[in-house]
Amino acid sequence: MDEITAWFNGIKEDFILNFIQGDRWKLLANGLLATLKITFFAALLGIAIGIIIAAVRSSHDKNADKLKGVGGFILKLFNGIAKVYLTVIRGTPTVVQLLIMYFIIFASSNDKLLIAILSFGINSGAYVAEIFRSGIMAVDEGQNEAGRSLGLNYFQTMIYIIVPQAFKTVLPALANEFIVLLKETSVAGYVGMMDLTRAGDMIRGVTFSAFMPLIAVAFIYLIMVLILTKLVSLLERRLRSSER
Amino acid sequence: MSGNPLIKVTGLHKIYGDFHALDGVSIQIEKGEVVVIIGPSGSGKSTFLRSLNLLEVPSLGTIEFEGVNITDEKVDINVHRQKMGMVFQHFNLFPHMTVMRNLTLGPMKLLKMSKKEAEANALELLERVGLADRANTYPSMLSGGQKQRIAIVRALAMKPDVMLFDEPTSALDPEMVGEVLEVMQKLAGEGMTMVVVTHEMGFAKEAASRVIFMDEGKMIEENTPAEFFAHPKTDRCRDFLSKVLI
Repeated sequence: MDEITAWFNGIKEDFILNFIQGDRWKLLANGLLATLKITFFAALLGIAIGIIIAAVRSSHDKNADKLKGVGGFILKLFNGIAKVYLTVIRGTPTVVQLLIMYFIIFASSNDKLLIAILSFGINSGAYVAEIFRSGIMAVDEGQNEAGRSLGLNYFQTMIYIIVPQAFKTVLPALANEFIVLLKETSVAGYVGMMDLTRAGDMIRGVTFSAFMPLIAVAFIYLIMVLILTKLVSLLERRLRSSER
Repeated sequence: MSGNPLIKVTGLHKIYGDFHALDGVSIQIEKGEVVVIIGPSGSGKSTFLRSLNLLEVPSLGTIEFEGVNITDEKVDINVHRQKMGMVFQHFNLFPHMTVMRNLTLGPMKLLKMSKKEAEANALELLERVGLADRANTYPSMLSGGQKQRIAIVRALAMKPDVMLFDEPTSALDPEMVGEVLEVMQKLAGEGMTMVVVTHEMGFAKEAASRVIFMDEGKMIEENTPAEFFAHPKTDRCRDFLSKVLI
């Protein structure tokens, strides 16, 4: 019995030491806020980039046989740029991209949050683009033909007919990408960003107690992911029910 | 423009790699005609039909629709497609929209109809095919025959000058073919100009003003349905008819 009480007391002391003393929990709270900010704005940026790249890539692939004139040349050029972007981003580690952004491209700036958002957003955009593209290509060609035969132009057909169907198909993959993004922002500490992971590690450095802060950090990430998963499954169910 | 045919196709070729899907097709279609195109699979009849609204871009030749050469690259094909309704073998209804929205999308976005006007128009069309009670359901809840009837009125909602049918009954269960053909026959009776690719010889006999037999990318024979079925002129056509008319 004494042993259990002692163990509990140990945990309690550990907890007080790591979170209560010196208001260390505020570090975690601020870290979480930073992580959420980076994730949210990087996701928005990723979606924006992803839509543009996916539009370019799928327009190019669908019309590959009838590209001519100036328009065709521009589309081919943009498609080439998009391919280079996808190759570079998907072919190099996120941390390396972050370091390059911080120490080379934005060496003169010290706005860490902005640099992190840009870096993770540009990274995520590449994956989102391929997710969107696969969704667009998966919509039956007959849908495109039906839209065009009504007289809708390419963009109207895309917006009213193809993209809504594609979105539904790619929603699980998209959710997965944002879960990965949320967790991947944990490397933001590499450029001195005070995110959730870095906050936990800071506490560990001060208190010399690894267990409490690191488990707490892991737990908070897990809760965030679970919330995100739940939201997506709600959205999925709503989209599905619209067909019944 | 008076006296001009509604559609005038001249020297149409479509070449995929080294396959000649259309090999010099010329035809004029007058307003109010019901032209039925038959032929073995791979004969180019679907390719021809899909060329008429440029879903297939011809390799060579011209298509004039209402006096305008729509194969000219400067022409905005979207404007002319509004006047050419198309019905597909696999219906191609928009699965994420209600039946009503399927019918009103085009008129609202392209004909700039108000929602009220478009819905009233759609409801009237749905009544004509006996599906007014299905206005608020989604396509996944409909049978094949119902889907195709909806697809027909979706095209009609644009108030087209010609209707193109690409094997409209080929994907249907046999017991549903009748309800779709009935709608088509009614449409033909109302004077709609129609170009129909089909294997339904019964429809050709009853509703067509002209039957055309295609093979190997060419229009080999054309005649009134009575003459066509009673006295086919070419061996290939006789051979084909002997196989499809049992």
